Amino acid sequence: MNAPMHLAPLLGLIAVWLMLGAAGLVQPRSTGWVARVLFPLGALVALGVAAIGGAALADGFAPERWVLPLGLPDLPFHLRLDALSGFFLALLGVAGAGISMFAAGYFREGEGTAPGLLGLQYHVFLASMALVVLADDAYLFMVAWETMALSSYFLVATQHRIPEIRRAGFLYLLMAHVGALALLLCFGVLHGGSWEMTFDAMRGGALPPAWASVAFLLALFGFGTKAGLVPLHVWLPEAHPAAPSPVSAMMSGLMLKTAVYGLLRVGMDLLSGGAWWWGLLAMALGLGSAMFGAVFAAVQTDMKRLLAYSSIENIGLIFTGVGLAMLCRAFGMHALAALALAAALIHAFNHALFKSLLFLATGSVLHATRERSLGKLGGLIRRMPWVALLALVGTLAIAGLPPLNGFVSEWLLLQAFLSTPAIPHAFINMIVPLGAAVVALTAALAGYVMVKFYGVIFLGQPREPSLMHAHDAGWLERIGLAWLALGCVAVGVLPQVALDATAGVTQALAGTALQRGPAPWWIAPVATAQASYSGLWLLAGMLGVVAVTFVLVRRLYHGRVRRTPPWNCGYPWLTPRMQDTAEGFGQPIRRIFGPVFRIEREVPSPTDSAPRYRIRIDDRFWHALYLPIVGAVRGVADAVAVLQRGRLAVYLLYSFLTLIVLLVFVL
Amino acid sequence: MSALPFATQLLHVLAAGLLLLSFAMLTQRRTRRLVVLLAWQGAVLTASTLLIAATAHLPHLYWSAALTLTVKVGLLPWLLLRLVRRLGVERDSEPLVNVPTLMLVGLALVIFAFGLAQPISALATTVTRQTLGIALAVILLAFLMLIARRTAVTQVIGFLALENGLFFAATSTTYGMPMVIELGIALDVLVGVFVFGIFFFQIREQFDSLDLQHLEALKED
Amino acid sequence: MNPHAYAFVLQLGEAVLAVALAPLLVGWVAQCRAWLQSRSAPPLLQPYRTLRKLFRKDAALATHASPLFRGAPYVVFGTMTLSAAIIPSVTVDLPLAQVADAIALVGLFATARVFIALAAMDIGTPFGTLGARREMMIGFLAEPALLMVLFNAFLLFGSTALPTVVEGTLRAEGFALHPSLAFAGVAFVMVLLAENARIPIDNPATHLELTMIHEAMLLEYSARHLALMEWASWLKLFNYICIGFTLFAPWGIALHGAEPAPLLLALLALVAKLACAGAVLAVIETVSAKLRLFRAPEFLSAAFLLAVLGLLVHLLLGT
Repeated sequence: MNAPMHLAPLLGLIAVWLMLGAAGLVQPRSTGWVARVLFPLGALVALGVAAIGGAALADGFAPERWVLPLGLPDLPFHLRLDALSGFFLALLGVAGAGISMFAAGYFREGEGTAPGLLGLQYHVFLASMALVVLADDAYLFMVAWETMALSSYFLVATQHRIPEIRRAGFLYLLMAHVGALALLLCFGVLHGGSWEMTFDAMRGGALPPAWASVAFLLALFGFGTKAGLVPLHVWLPEAHPAAPSPVSAMMSGLMLKTAVYGLLRVGMDLLSGGAWWWGLLAMALGLGSAMFGAVFAAVQTDMKRLLAYSSIENIGLIFTGVGLAMLCRAFGMHALAALALAAALIHAFNHALFKSLLFLATGSVLHATRERSLGKLGGLIRRMPWVALLALVGTLAIAGLPPLNGFVSEWLLLQAFLSTPAIPHAFINMIVPLGAAVVALTAALAGYVMVKFYGVIFLGQPREPSLMHAHDAGWLERIGLAWLALGCVAVGVLPQVALDATAGVTQALAGTALQRGPAPWWIAPVATAQASYSGLWLLAGMLGVVAVTFVLVRRLYHGRVRRTPPWNCGYPWLTPRMQDTAEGFGQPIRRIFGPVFRIEREVPSPTDSAPRYRIRIDDRFWHALYLPIVGAVRGVADAVAVLQRGRLAVYLLYSFLTLIVLLVFVL
Repeated sequence: MSALPFATQLLHVLAAGLLLLSFAMLTQRRTRRLVVLLAWQGAVLTASTLLIAATAHLPHLYWSAALTLTVKVGLLPWLLLRLVRRLGVERDSEPLVNVPTLMLVGLALVIFAFGLAQPISALATTVTRQTLGIALAVILLAFLMLIARRTAVTQVIGFLALENGLFFAATSTTYGMPMVIELGIALDVLVGVFVFGIFFFQIREQFDSLDLQHLEALKED
Repeated sequence: MNPHAYAFVLQLGEAVLAVALAPLLVGWVAQCRAWLQSRSAPPLLQPYRTLRKLFRKDAALATHASPLFRGAPYVVFGTMTLSAAIIPSVTVDLPLAQVADAIALVGLFATARVFIALAAMDIGTPFGTLGARREMMIGFLAEPALLMVLFNAFLLFGSTALPTVVEGTLRAEGFALHPSLAFAGVAFVMVLLAENARIPIDNPATHLELTMIHEAMLLEYSARHLALMEWASWLKLFNYICIGFTLFAPWGIALHGAEPAPLLLALLALVAKLACAGAVLAVIETVSAKLRLFRAPEFLSAAFLLAVLGLLVHLLLGT
């Protein structure tokens, strides 16, 4: 066994997180102590975690193991640090640092839970996520997983006095537990009767194919629930908006990724690939989620719900990549599997960056305006230039535009799809390339969604007079946002660095690493003649052309500007209410994808003296899938409730009868 | 990478053209243009039959090409156009399903047909074997058109497109059917169109419209 | 001259050529349209005059316009120029084509679109937001359709780099017919019309408020900003047509940028092809009528599905 050179300091850092959380309880009501002192320290710790995680990604890093003398007797905690956990630790650390910095400036007096308690929950949440990716036995994994679920539940329910938030929290808790149950069953199948709970034993144990498939399906269900895969997504658009913005950022940016980690760990590592239809299933669900998320995001009118649906879309894309990798690996196409896997991993990293950035930006907007309905925002670019600028970076990145990071992962995913016709199977080689069409459509829809998001919040005229008093974010918040925006630019400009970071993982899970590009800013993952892309040069080219154009226009002509009222086709009485609302901007999507939605509309008649327009767009899954389940559960519960008599004698009779029945069976 | 002989490539292009025309027919709303597209389909069919005749040296296929030309490019479209003009059904109403959905279903059918044809065409030995999938797809698409249209005239057009697909399947897999059968089919189709034409006038007399929804009223409850 | 510097000069030359020729192409299309519609045509060089006039004027800017609004024309123009540099219109010897392949090209177009739409929303006029919404609606369907069209070519030549596609076609032994490209071709023309605000989706000549798309977004622009936006939209048309050439008619493009003779030939071929393409575009615009706005998604989804169909046909036939 290696000396835990990396694991020991890592564990120390996680312990520091927990201590920081506990330190908040010293003065639980003091925002200054908790937010301004403890959270920045937490951000530093996160950087340390990222550094150690990054070290595990280096070439030739041998997995480190450590058995902790904690836990139950005979069931000690096993830890393991390998490339896969290293990658997700790096993701956690990098994005977590930005979120913690922002949170330091964000939390204020008098918002629901006391700041000290909030700090504790927050840091426990971070630590449990780190432990999830480090766990090397099912026991520790489940303990960390449940801690993660519970701490995030408390964070979601921070403002528990509002009934909708309590309801959202409950739904989240319920779904988290249904998912956890599936995972428990999954590990129950995985140990294969040996009752060895370490991952090593599960990796070695050869399950019969049928049981392996059962385990995979359970894992897909369990992790899919956490990730918000359609149709298990219903909790996500409720819980994300309910939570305070840094928590939404953590949940969307980081927690969803632990589900991706889990699926990779169980599906590709413990079960080592498996049948091809596993990958196809994961891919189909991923593509469905991506489409669904994008379409629903386009019609949302609450900025955080919009981002939540966009998370479903991005998770869908990540699962598409994972599924494609599994599919290709099952057919023995290792290079292709590595490409798809790298695309999925980098997209996971990117999503952690830009989604956190955008959620945090909505937090700043929320603080500045007390509004989260898109219909009441607008024009904030003039009041909050910093937030607007940094959010613009996130917006362009999430829309998948070059030379930012979102484009890199989309590019890799499309490249992977391009090679799929070589799959040696008659139907699959035709169906799978169509995935590229869905990915392209989703990416374009994401552009639509993000123009709506940015345009309605930051551009145009303020839709409410109170917005004129909005103020820009404080400097701690700005640091957090800028850190994440910088990450978006860095990954976009230096794509090969990101690709290198995935090399260890693809080597372990897909059996091969990708071809290295010619330079850190230049990727050519398959063959240079086939495809290459360089973010840095593209950025340089764009900046160069823009600069030359600007200078030429100024030199050859002039830069004179006259400020006038807007032209507006000559109509002078322009009011903010004449702008498109968020509903209006989503209208084409609502019309094109009409059957997807469940729409309730209330349209005024032409003669109404007090016209009222109301529209409500619902998720069909909720009505077609969940409400029947709720009904069925309630029916069963009612049936069982017959047993409840309220008399002690009857209850004693039940116990007595049970005893008799057991005696008859056992003896 | 062009290992295939030129004639085969040309045949592939013609097959692809046939499929393209099928999709165009699926989305076309105007009856008159639908007839024109049908005529084009006939023309492509003629060309492909000629091509197969020339490459495989099968003289009887020249006859069937000539037959296709006269019946499917000349006679039938002329009859149908006359019918459309006399009946005054220049414009079809909206298809039962909206057009993008229709195309999506069509695409699924194409995948189905292609997937189905892949193993079969691997067995066949003719130079044209790969086009079987397309022929199958053309047949299925014509069927889809029959299902999705409302008016009677378009039903006939769909029926004829179906026949085109069958004919193409026959020529591409087995170098065509015996001449007697082909003549018989041509005659059948011709008579069928005449009968349909008479029916149309009857239907219109009865219901003042060619919308097939009115026929639903004939059902006994 | 060392080869790197030479390649750089070629690269620069191609971009400058595109920027210089784009207004001419638009002038030519306008002239063809006028002839076909029995109107007296505007001069061929009219677009250049328009540009000069606009550049000379003082820019009138709405009082609350943000820096995004002022910066967008430069970004959009820059992106389009950069795209022009990536597309092998004269020669395949382009260093930038390795920096950004065709997927990145689609990404660049998307960047330009997003910036135009954002700038249109900045002032907060009803027409601006209306135009932005419509443009994004067209875009989200046209962009994947274009990508699928390109995929058809990628699958044929096993590369997403446009120069490789061109070389693949030009170096192919014998004459190769690709049925999948027939589908891709039809789809491409549809995308081209939609993306460049042409009939049947939009009318480049209209200022009729309720039907316009592209013009609606530029309403608040004036003078040099408007000039850059217009120039960028012309460049976009030029770029699209050149993409069409690389995919479907790469004849004449110089395989070696080293000698001047093939380059000159390539230049002549390009001008001839552009003249033909412009005339064809004018014919299409003359014979078709503008679609209702909500037929546009139908039109574009048809293009998208046709391109996908091409992919399937390719997979079936293996050519």
